Amino acid sequence: MTQNPTVPKPLPEADEASRPFFDGAMEGRLMLMKCSQCDAFRFPSRNHCDDCLSPDFDWVAASGRGVVRTFGVMHQKYHPGFELPYNVTIVELEEGPRLPTNLVGIANSDIRVGLKVTVDWERHEDVSLPKFRPA
Amino acid sequence: MPHPLRGAAAITGLGMTPMGRIYGKTTAELAADAVRIAIADSGLAKNEIDGLLINAGITGTTGGGLTLGLQNYLGLENLRLMNHMNAAGSTAAQMVQYATMAIAAGMANNVVCVFADAPLKENTSAGAAYGAAARNPSRPKGMPGLYAAAGYFGANTPYALAARRHMALYGTTQDHLGQIAVSQRAWAVMSPLAQMREPMTIADYHASRWIIEPLHLLDCCLVSNGAVAVIVSSPDRAKSLAQPPVYIHGMGQGHPGDHGRVGSDWETETGGKIAARTAFAMAGCTVDEIDVCELYDCYTYTVLVTLEDYGFCKKGEGGPFVSDGKLGPGGALPTNTGGGELSGYYMWGMTPLSEAIIQTRGAGGDRQVAKHDRVLCTGNGGSLSYHAALILSPHAD
Repeated sequence: MTQNPTVPKPLPEADEASRPFFDGAMEGRLMLMKCSQCDAFRFPSRNHCDDCLSPDFDWVAASGRGVVRTFGVMHQKYHPGFELPYNVTIVELEEGPRLPTNLVGIANSDIRVGLKVTVDWERHEDVSLPKFRPA
Repeated sequence: MPHPLRGAAAITGLGMTPMGRIYGKTTAELAADAVRIAIADSGLAKNEIDGLLINAGITGTTGGGLTLGLQNYLGLENLRLMNHMNAAGSTAAQMVQYATMAIAAGMANNVVCVFADAPLKENTSAGAAYGAAARNPSRPKGMPGLYAAAGYFGANTPYALAARRHMALYGTTQDHLGQIAVSQRAWAVMSPLAQMREPMTIADYHASRWIIEPLHLLDCCLVSNGAVAVIVSSPDRAKSLAQPPVYIHGMGQGHPGDHGRVGSDWETETGGKIAARTAFAMAGCTVDEIDVCELYDCYTYTVLVTLEDYGFCKKGEGGPFVSDGKLGPGGALPTNTGGGELSGYYMWGMTPLSEAIIQTRGAGGDRQVAKHDRVLCTGNGGSLSYHAALILSPHAD
């Protein structure tokens, strides 16, 4: 299938709760919410800890390292901005949260569950997205 | 002492409209058709209906969808129980559960549970019916927007990701998934209700196009327009009606929730594990005593992981378990005997429930399983997020 170059991929933008994540991303830091009460990390942003329900948290920078928890290779055209096939990957960060992302710098056929990966920022004009490449 | 809800109600009516690419009726009209057929099937008088539970499908309640207005459309005046319910694909089994509890509590005697959906439009693909969110032109907000940014769309994605992890952890193969599709198609060939009745081989399975690896087209359910209604009645009333009663012996639910949570093993351990314990304890039976399975099968993988979570085999052994064709006609564990959602028709949780009723009644015709003393029916929704189970029997006790 051919890509439609006039349609970009969907680019998320910050809302109030997630602004530190997107601000950090522009500076190459992968920011996560961490509960001040029980130290649990959480993803995505929410107003309370999904372990202990405490509303208190800090934004902390993650290491950017993780492993491939699982992945798929998409062949179905849902959105015209994506060139098929592409990988959809869940990276389990060292800190615990799981990010939906895409692996870069590797052929889809070489991706394996458990592969060690590190963050690789995909920069756009006003947003930077955490993609991952083999570590 | 038996559980007080064991046998506390029976399914007395089943109504099914034509299914698939059928057009020209609203979901309310389809639902009304199914209810009319179910009432006639049961032998109840319309004014005996005193409960109405509605599940609106993906078409929903807005824009001409299925609303509480169905009551007035059907002219039901004697309702003592009424609600709209939605826990995705687990709703159908849940409606029967809430109806059973209401009947046991004396709050109703004959409860209609109805599902209707019409996501298919003429000249559009089945995928388009379920992929609308991907075409939203506005920018996704916040960290959840990372899903869309990664091209994580539709229900196909999480189920592919779950299946992939099972394959990586346990050595499950594409052939294992394919065998489930092939076994179910062999049942569909024998079912006049099924949409896909052409025989299928494992080669056909492998040749079907990828949707999202590791899921082929033939790993994925159909999309159907149509409606199904079932009527749940008190056991006393059930005895003197038109159909053999289908007694509810066991019920259970399990909802493991957010699959993004740190530490979750949602991909390979579902709410079926929790639901199974509750349902088997209520029914007073073990997994070895189940004769027929009607398992929610939005994808082949859903069947595999459900079999494991109910204990038909050990965790991780679902692939080898199904590989001898035991789920198909003549096999040791007849499963999805109408073809399921993969090859029969896609009415969310009403697909396994309707076929479970047919098999428990012994009304399956060419595809009827000889021994059907205990029939397991499961519903699953979300991304393996919501789960409900029924154990049905033709025997009052």
